Amino acid sequence: MLNELFSPDMMASAIRLTIPILLAALGAIYSERSGVVNIGLEGMMVVGAFWAAWGSFNYGPVVGILFGITAGMVLASIHALVTVTFKVNQIVSGVALNVLAAGISRFSSLSIFGMATTSPHVSGLPKMTIKPLAEISWLKPLVTEFSILIPISFILVGVTVWVLKYTTFGLRLRAAGENPEAADTLGINVFKMRYAGIIISGAFAGLAGAYLSIEHTGMYVEGMTQGKGYIALAAMIFGNWSAIGAMFAALLFGFAEAISLRRITTLVPYQFIKIIPYLLTIIVVSGFVKKSDPPAKVGTNYERGEG
Amino acid sequence: MLALVLVLSLTLLAGCGSKDDAKQDAPAPAPTGEEPLKIGLVFDVGGRGDLSFNDMAYAGLERAKLEYGDKIEIEYLEPAGSGDNREELMRLLAQQGYDLIFGVGFMFTEHIDKLSKEFPDVKFGLIDGYIPDLTADSNVVSLLFTEHEGSFLVGAAAALKSENNSIGFIGGMQIPLIQKFEAGYMAGAYYVNPDIKIQSDYIGTTGDAFRDPVKGRELALSQYQRGADIIYHAAGASGTGLFEAAVQTGNLAIGVDADQSLTVSEAQRSHVLTSMMKRVDVAVYNTIVDLVEGNFEGGYHMFGLAEEGVGYAVNDFNREMMADIVDELEVIKGKIIDGEIVVPVDMEDLAEFKASLGN
Repeated sequence: MLNELFSPDMMASAIRLTIPILLAALGAIYSERSGVVNIGLEGMMVVGAFWAAWGSFNYGPVVGILFGITAGMVLASIHALVTVTFKVNQIVSGVALNVLAAGISRFSSLSIFGMATTSPHVSGLPKMTIKPLAEISWLKPLVTEFSILIPISFILVGVTVWVLKYTTFGLRLRAAGENPEAADTLGINVFKMRYAGIIISGAFAGLAGAYLSIEHTGMYVEGMTQGKGYIALAAMIFGNWSAIGAMFAALLFGFAEAISLRRITTLVPYQFIKIIPYLLTIIVVSGFVKKSDPPAKVGTNYERGEG
Repeated sequence: MLALVLVLSLTLLAGCGSKDDAKQDAPAPAPTGEEPLKIGLVFDVGGRGDLSFNDMAYAGLERAKLEYGDKIEIEYLEPAGSGDNREELMRLLAQQGYDLIFGVGFMFTEHIDKLSKEFPDVKFGLIDGYIPDLTADSNVVSLLFTEHEGSFLVGAAAALKSENNSIGFIGGMQIPLIQKFEAGYMAGAYYVNPDIKIQSDYIGTTGDAFRDPVKGRELALSQYQRGADIIYHAAGASGTGLFEAAVQTGNLAIGVDADQSLTVSEAQRSHVLTSMMKRVDVAVYNTIVDLVEGNFEGGYHMFGLAEEGVGYAVNDFNREMMADIVDELEVIKGKIIDGEIVVPVDMEDLAEFKASLGN
């Protein structure tokens, strides 16, 4: 039983399922740190998945991934325009974008592929294998035939930590989320910072979508994100708005999902295993994390005081 | 945002419009001769392009259009992602005076039951769904398949071909219909080899389970890694994940509903052993033909092995792989048609069936 639970196969599966959640959660950090809630992550993943499939279908996987990222960024810029410039409620805008994304993708799919809910098969990037490590049998499933986006995602965790902690840009971004008035007084363009945070989050979500459609399954299917954008938000909250924390949270969710897909029927009924990811999400978001420490001004639109 | 508001208000307006229309032309006059017959079809979750169930229904519609040209007019709609608007779409077609409307999938059962009473002049074709007490005079024809029999044959094929003595099954949504595939498949495998190891998993318990290739692939990988070398899926669009996994691990997969060797990608083709054909296209086509020729009858149409309504696929791509077992499969097929083998339809029957093999 335990052997099975922590087998390398299981770990490999957990990591594959972690990636989309991790990428979207990293994106969410940029957005939230700049002071904007991004419920629209799910929608940005959807357009990312669709346009990545389209790009890969026509021009190959590399272009596909770039298209996925760009699509996420385009949708994110709408979120930025609406929330930062027009000061619409951030939740409302995010929810609207999710609805919009589903509609756009179906419309585009129907007009481009002639099919409303699926794309044709598309190719992904060449799969990687680390030869010397693959010789070791218990490591084999982890180091053979994996998507190159997997290591890249973990590298991006480090990059995010570095950007937020050690760069001027990161400091300014955080200032915009913690105390926009003070930041503004010091000459930081709060609006610009928030635009940047949201658009970066769109890029990450788009990449997450691209991973799903062209790396994981090789085609776009409507609804394939299955709420992963929301789970990513939960992972980010669970990880207390830090990249490392979000990574562990995403791994936990990925692991839970992987367990739910393996039949370990000996002890508990199948149905109970199936609910683990959802149960975990509820526990996490229902305030199980005591020391939750969000950016002070997240969720509030910034307006410049007159005079 | 502005655009969104605009779209929303437009939908609202459109909604009002169709209601008014409905009042005006509620009972559509049955067309005679010259007017083309209007035939509508509403897809199930997974939609067109699932390379499987829905695409088969579409193929039947296309074939009818090709053959009857001007005599019929076709329209097909796809429900929203969640599938919540199935009934609305059917109603829309009924109100527009369509003569025959297909609901592709068991999920349409209650909607068609309801709408067939509201629109007595419209005829309905219900695929995979069972409405009790239909007669020849009913305006509903329930198109049913003996999926368990077809699955029995591919189960036998899998057991004959498996080198590890271990095979797998991946179902979409856990419902009696899909369990029919599972029971038949397992029975077929046990029939050939009572000691075979069979893993079986379901993707989920909602309609979403038919469009989740991510889980499809992970489940398939987990079964392959535990020793299965052939996996059969009955999971609609989620099954595309199985083919990816088969290529990745160098194993075989069995398709469902359509001859999936023909529709998967080049790289996947050599990994498709065969497919359990469920000729939804034939059912759709035949029903349209009946209507056009004026022979439409309500009630139940069962498409079984004898009628070639179900079966296993042999094509240019798998002919070699299948060559050594086709004879045996044909013998088994004959036995099922003759009633010598009674294929179980659920897990209870399967247990009995398995017990009977022991003797």
